[in-house]
Amino acid sequence: MRAPTPKQITILKSIVFALALLPFARLVAFLLLDKLGANPIEFITRNTGDWTLYFLCITLTVTPLRKLSKWNWLIKLRRMLGLYAFFYASLHFTTFFWFDHFFDVQEMWRDVVKRPFITVGFTAYVLLVPLAVTSTNGMVRRLGGKRWLWIHRLVYVIAPLGILHYFWMKAGKHDFAQPFLFGAIVALLLLLRLVWRWQSSRPQIGAVASSG
Amino acid sequence: MLIKRSPNGIDLPYSSEITPRAVFESRRDFIRQLAVGSIAGGALLEMAMREAFAQSPGAQKLAAAANPAYMLMEKKTSYKDITTYNNFYEFGTDKAEPAQYAGSLKTRPWSISIEGEVKKPMTLDIDSLLKLAPLEERVYRLRCVEGWSMVIPWIGYSLSSLIRKAEPTGNAKFIEFVTLEDKKQMPGQRSSVLEWPYVEGLRLDEANHPLALLTFGMYGEVLPNQNGAPVRVIVPWKYGFKSAKSIVKIRFTKEQPKTAWNLAAAQEYGFYSNVNPTVDHPRWSQATERRIGEDGIFTRKRKTLMFNGYSEVAPLYAGMDLKKFY
Repeated sequence: MRAPTPKQITILKSIVFALALLPFARLVAFLLLDKLGANPIEFITRNTGDWTLYFLCITLTVTPLRKLSKWNWLIKLRRMLGLYAFFYASLHFTTFFWFDHFFDVQEMWRDVVKRPFITVGFTAYVLLVPLAVTSTNGMVRRLGGKRWLWIHRLVYVIAPLGILHYFWMKAGKHDFAQPFLFGAIVALLLLLRLVWRWQSSRPQIGAVASSG
Repeated sequence: MLIKRSPNGIDLPYSSEITPRAVFESRRDFIRQLAVGSIAGGALLEMAMREAFAQSPGAQKLAAAANPAYMLMEKKTSYKDITTYNNFYEFGTDKAEPAQYAGSLKTRPWSISIEGEVKKPMTLDIDSLLKLAPLEERVYRLRCVEGWSMVIPWIGYSLSSLIRKAEPTGNAKFIEFVTLEDKKQMPGQRSSVLEWPYVEGLRLDEANHPLALLTFGMYGEVLPNQNGAPVRVIVPWKYGFKSAKSIVKIRFTKEQPKTAWNLAAAQEYGFYSNVNPTVDHPRWSQATERRIGEDGIFTRKRKTLMFNGYSEVAPLYAGMDLKKFY
């Protein structure tokens, strides 16, 4: 497959941008049409939480998919997908901060400190912030590729924390099917990276094997 | 004589007293119109009432006299919200699922077997249960452990009426409610989210409290399947999951029953599970609640009341540490 032209990339990016906005548009439409059900806040909280996890998984899929398919241009979509994870996480956090605590920082902080379930979710969100802040080209330049990369490896912590947060939410209800599915997906995505890293750290063995 | 008689024995009114025919007939018309009108009006009124309740079409009416002792000056939750937002894991873990899937539940014939520490073990079918005591309408608050609440007009009678009939022995200290177990009728039981059948329980003195209601109906009709048809208990001072639904067995026991949610997560759901704003759930505060359908998106949550506002049950727990026995 031929690499898409810059123009095609721009079009592709616009399409992905619009698609990724659909869940949000759906929420707004449901809100306006009064279709969020009996407990709208619960609906919004769960929905934005779900989409944060989806986008985290999608973002983490970019690199493995790129390596397997050799479609290097996929990397051009990664930042936007990551920022959408942050976007839905921000909606999720705002719902909690607004409707559960009505912007009372102290009260929210008490909740964060007291409940591991919330501590973990909150930590994951806080860790996402530097990733979003340093997502611009300017920031990459300013930090230098290596340091930038280190910061963005935080996502390997953030995703499991997000899953743990979700797992605890469902565990109280003994509903493990979905957390396990998410956990398996994230585990696979992270494991692939470990395997590749391990392979690349022993290039001579790989070279010998391929030459022999 | 006090009664005047005409000399010829025939009593004729003065002509001025005779109602002219036209007037007479128009009166008849008026009455006829009134009658027709009232019938139509009655029908309209009934339809209007139905509109107000927004009940399910074809639902069976259940007559009950409102018990003034258990009315609330709070706005009732809409029939729609009560019947589409349910935790009833036998039909799925999503709150919209019971309304979608509870149609497979067959509520007739139905009977409850009464067993254990009783002088009279027996099986009562739903019709005899319905006749055991006069049905009352009672408006209760319902507080879910998840932090939301509703106000619901239930129909039933005090559970104590049934207990009296069963005549528990001196050994009976607890009462256990067992929900139907049938994977065909209750598709949610194919998943192992909980141990089936669903078991709930109360201390016998709690069960005998007049507030504890054996419930058959809601909003003037028999219970919709997703709300625990055909018979359930309502224990309004405890979190909703304590109020077992679709009951097929009531057992009187010496030992504290092993209840479903307590088995699933003992640190989160205690046996007592009284509504208590001072004892938090490990993952959220129980100090406040969101009233479904009433507290808008931008309204602050309301304060949760001790025992869900039913302070009359407090003597049941005198001397108990409710933080320990949550």
